[in-house]
Amino acid sequence: MVLRLEDIPGLIYRGAKEIRRSLLFVEGVSGVGYDEMVVVRAPDGIDRVGRVIEVGRGFAVIQVFGGEMGLQTDIAVKFTGSTFKIPVSDEVLGRMFNGRFEPIDGMPPVVSDDLRDVNGSPINPAARVYPNNFIQTGISAIDGMLSLVRGQKLPIFSESGLPHNRIIAQIARQATVLGEAEEFAIVFAAMGLKNDEARFFIEQFRESGAIERSVIILNLADDPAIERLLTPRIALTVAEYMAFDLEMHVLAILSDMTNYCEALREISAAREEVPGRGGYPGYMYSDLATIYERAGIIAGRKGSLTQMPVLTMPGGDLRHPIPDLTGYITEGQIILSRELYSRGIYPPINVLPSLSRLMRSGIGPGKTRDDHKDVADQLYDAYSRGVRARDLARIVGEMGLSERERRYLKFADAFEKRFVNQGEYENRSIDETLDLAWELLAMLPEEELVRIREKYIKKYHPKYRAAAAS
Amino acid sequence: MSLEERVGQIERISGTVVDAVGVKDIEIGEVVEVGDERLIGEVIRVSKDRFTIQVYEPTSGLRPGDKVYATGRKLVAELGPGLLYNVFDGVGRPLHELLKQGPFITRGIKAYTLDRKRKWYFKPTVKRGAEVAAGDIIGTVQETYMIEHRIMIPPGLEGKLISVEEGEFTVEEPVALLRTKDGREIPVKMYQEWPVRVPRPFQPEGRLPLTEPLITGQRVIDTFFPVAKGGAAAIPGGFGTGKTVMLHQLAKWSDADVIVYIGCGERGNEMSEVLTEFPELKDPRTGRPLMERTILIANTSNMPVAAREASIYIGVTMAEYYRDMGYNVALMADSTSRWAEALREISGRLEEMPVERGYPAYLPDKIAEFYERAGKVKVLGRPERIGSVTIIGAVSPPGGDFNEPVTIHTLRFTGVFWALDPELAYSRHFPAINWLKSYSLYVTSLLSSWATSFSYHAEELAEWWRKVAPSFPEYRSKALELLSVAAEIESIARIIGESALPDDQRLILLTAELLKEGFLRQNAFSEVDSFSEPEKQVLILKMILDFHSIAEKLIRAGVPIERIRSLPHISLMMRVKEDPEKVKAILRLTEESRKALLEIAEEYGVKLEV
Ligand SMILES: Nc1ncnc2c1ncn2[C@@H]1O[C@H](COP(=O)(O)OP(=O)(O)O)[C@@H](O)[C@H]1O
Ligand SMILES: [Mg+2]
Repeated sequence: MVLRLEDIPGLIYRGAKEIRRSLLFVEGVSGVGYDEMVVVRAPDGIDRVGRVIEVGRGFAVIQVFGGEMGLQTDIAVKFTGSTFKIPVSDEVLGRMFNGRFEPIDGMPPVVSDDLRDVNGSPINPAARVYPNNFIQTGISAIDGMLSLVRGQKLPIFSESGLPHNRIIAQIARQATVLGEAEEFAIVFAAMGLKNDEARFFIEQFRESGAIERSVIILNLADDPAIERLLTPRIALTVAEYMAFDLEMHVLAILSDMTNYCEALREISAAREEVPGRGGYPGYMYSDLATIYERAGIIAGRKGSLTQMPVLTMPGGDLRHPIPDLTGYITEGQIILSRELYSRGIYPPINVLPSLSRLMRSGIGPGKTRDDHKDVADQLYDAYSRGVRARDLARIVGEMGLSERERRYLKFADAFEKRFVNQGEYENRSIDETLDLAWELLAMLPEEELVRIREKYIKKYHPKYRAAAAS
Repeated sequence: MSLEERVGQIERISGTVVDAVGVKDIEIGEVVEVGDERLIGEVIRVSKDRFTIQVYEPTSGLRPGDKVYATGRKLVAELGPGLLYNVFDGVGRPLHELLKQGPFITRGIKAYTLDRKRKWYFKPTVKRGAEVAAGDIIGTVQETYMIEHRIMIPPGLEGKLISVEEGEFTVEEPVALLRTKDGREIPVKMYQEWPVRVPRPFQPEGRLPLTEPLITGQRVIDTFFPVAKGGAAAIPGGFGTGKTVMLHQLAKWSDADVIVYIGCGERGNEMSEVLTEFPELKDPRTGRPLMERTILIANTSNMPVAAREASIYIGVTMAEYYRDMGYNVALMADSTSRWAEALREISGRLEEMPVERGYPAYLPDKIAEFYERAGKVKVLGRPERIGSVTIIGAVSPPGGDFNEPVTIHTLRFTGVFWALDPELAYSRHFPAINWLKSYSLYVTSLLSSWATSFSYHAEELAEWWRKVAPSFPEYRSKALELLSVAAEIESIARIIGESALPDDQRLILLTAELLKEGFLRQNAFSEVDSFSEPEKQVLILKMILDFHSIAEKLIRAGVPIERIRSLPHISLMMRVKEDPEKVKAILRLTEESRKALLEIAEEYGVKLEV
């Protein structure tokens, strides 16, 4: 939001006692509210917004967004008397903003009396509708084994150099709810993305026509890092407005949450707080939850808010606090694997540690197909046996494997090459995905398929299907 | 003292922690109301000239100088009819009341835990003139179809009932009048208040040994690592390993009378799942909707962290209250780690000295205090009765690594450890409870009563049951032994390959696989197998182990393992748990697979002593 010092009524305070990175310690103030938004003007003449993160009698600590370079103790500060709010209206659709909600598409700022606190408020659990609408992404590994449902928060855990952007773009392009014509509206929040990455997304949304129903909020790699604390909150405030006021089905993409967490760590360090694991503050779980929990469906409202955050795991480590705390909050995780990618598999999804917690409510008879749950379960079992056999073969050689193990190993290879692997523009229907799964499972003896109920074996196993057809 | 004197002012605000001055006689634990919106908070530190408050609602907009109103009360739970079939936030406000303000929870909403307008039919069980004391039951209310609510004289009260009335009352209308020894007349209502941080009293020396299992219908728990009624269990595991699903399972199927389920710092949709599902699901024992015996507390991860800290205490206080009526209560807390982290966060804001991973030195004491509230006790009052609180806590260790303070200290104060294993979860072997790492300290005292403790499904089996029950502990230890030997063999197989193993070892691997797939794995979402009756548990175990002992003899006599492995009964034994005919199907298959082995014996000319 564009705010200038002159726009705000009230006293101007001059001078800061101390500046520590992006934190400003001011004294002699009164009537300041906790969490209040402020505008700060440094001698460079640039107005920055900030937020009161601690306040006492006669002092306040302000976290300044919009870059700490150029800040000096000789500054002017005005307190706005309210928390950080943004104006919302249906004019936000198709627009592009920076990480402080200032337009960067050459159009005027959004004007509205409807101001929303970017922090949002928790949805009353009793107001939630348990999500159960299957979203077909056209990607077999996801639809078949990690099904996404409307209103879910399902992140992608990636590593630098892996094609998470292409996967997200493919999902955004292909996502549909079976039997419904309405397409997803997209809210895209970039935190610390490189210019070309952001441009890639914008191009994608333009090509698919999604841009008209999109809101893009960009904090790029060369934008102030601290602003990243604000960016996802602005994006989700807009997304909630679209989902629960305009009643649209919204897909919010937040990328890259690792950059967000680093900004959080920076602030914590500047405040000299006791650091937690990896230097990240002890409250990072609660903080991330106030972002990720802003997804779902509300009783009596038509829209929905589905969240797909992206994060890069530092050092590829799943136990790093960022993926770890994220996984504890989100409704599953899609984990990409460098090993699969180096073997030419796209999308390189490692299904074993991946999970969709809401899958079971979204699939099955009347939703996807009656055999879906059993088939997914069997795929997990068979693939994990195959992977174990592969590890074993590295030690004892393939000849040391039992016949059964060799069969599973073969299955695992085929599973990766044919089921997980697919084209970036290949959009498989859920039927195609499940039929493909059966083709692969047929490589195993029928007695091995103990996780599939017999009636589904009779109905879908290629052997019986062929018999039925002839 | 005038009220004016108990109003102070805010000095400083940092997150949910607020410093204030101006109320001299303020006490630790006193509830205060902060600012114009009168946000609820609790005093957590008092020094000479100031005091510190943790606020249970977002503090945005509070200013130094804003007023702080001391209430003179402690943080209490309201206890009375209307708790069951209900869901509350971390400070005890009913979520359905909060809905009136819209789907989002905003600040400063006041709501009583118990509905003040709802009428309940009170039926006295004592007469006018009765001498009553703390804990005495003076009447009942049918709170839900399943649960009779017993109205008790609150702790600390004693005297003669000078009137007691039958009829429809709200919780605030007196149902009786009590005259104390010193002649005061005190109205007795259907609800009482209790400070949540103080355990409710029971009879002196009233703790009883734990001898009765909590039957959960989960095979790996009931058979291998049982928890006692009145015991405490911990279920630690990284994300996605199955903590929440297991706690939901226990809330659904445990043979407790009352369930208190606390969602502490976890997902909103998981609470919504319970709220959608529990009214639909039927209790296997009574056929009534499970919600009728359930109290839910929901402080989701995005709600204020101080209220998360309180939610645990509210929940356990409600559990003790139903215990005091003489019920067996089971409490599930998902996740106690979020509660510990809330402690840590508040401690950090108080600038206390951290000891381990940022946790304050008193963390172990807090954990111990909480689990100490579990127990089977002789409760106060007449008629004499026994009640229990079983506590089951999920623990969410960072990085899934159990070597961290919350897991370590929790294990010190609980009797059962269900160790969740990511490798099992990755291959979708659920429940992913590792059978080699888990333990139950209650095993010896429970096993003998386990099998006889009930069998409500199979009257026709009663005779058989009496015969089999005594040998159940043997089956159990045999199965555990086979699984642990199998693990050793597997680690050898990982070096030399399975095909290089001798056949008797390969049989053990096969049996272990039967146990894993046919017995241990239990799909929580299966219509047939979500709840596994004790007799079904025993019979599957017996089927597999009997099969093993015959097969073992065949292998010793030279029958190749492949011959046994190729029996169609192998996959049938893995599947039979899903057979809707349950016990019948298992008995049939036991017989069939025995026959199949005997045929092999004949084929190879092996003589088996029967
Ligand atoms: N007993 C079970 N049966 C079937 N699936 C299970 C079971 N336990 C866990 N799961 C699966 O694992 C997922 C994660 O389980 P959950 O209990 O939510 O994990 P946690 O609470 O440890 O993060 C669930 O969404 C479900 O798909
Ligand atoms: Mg959980």
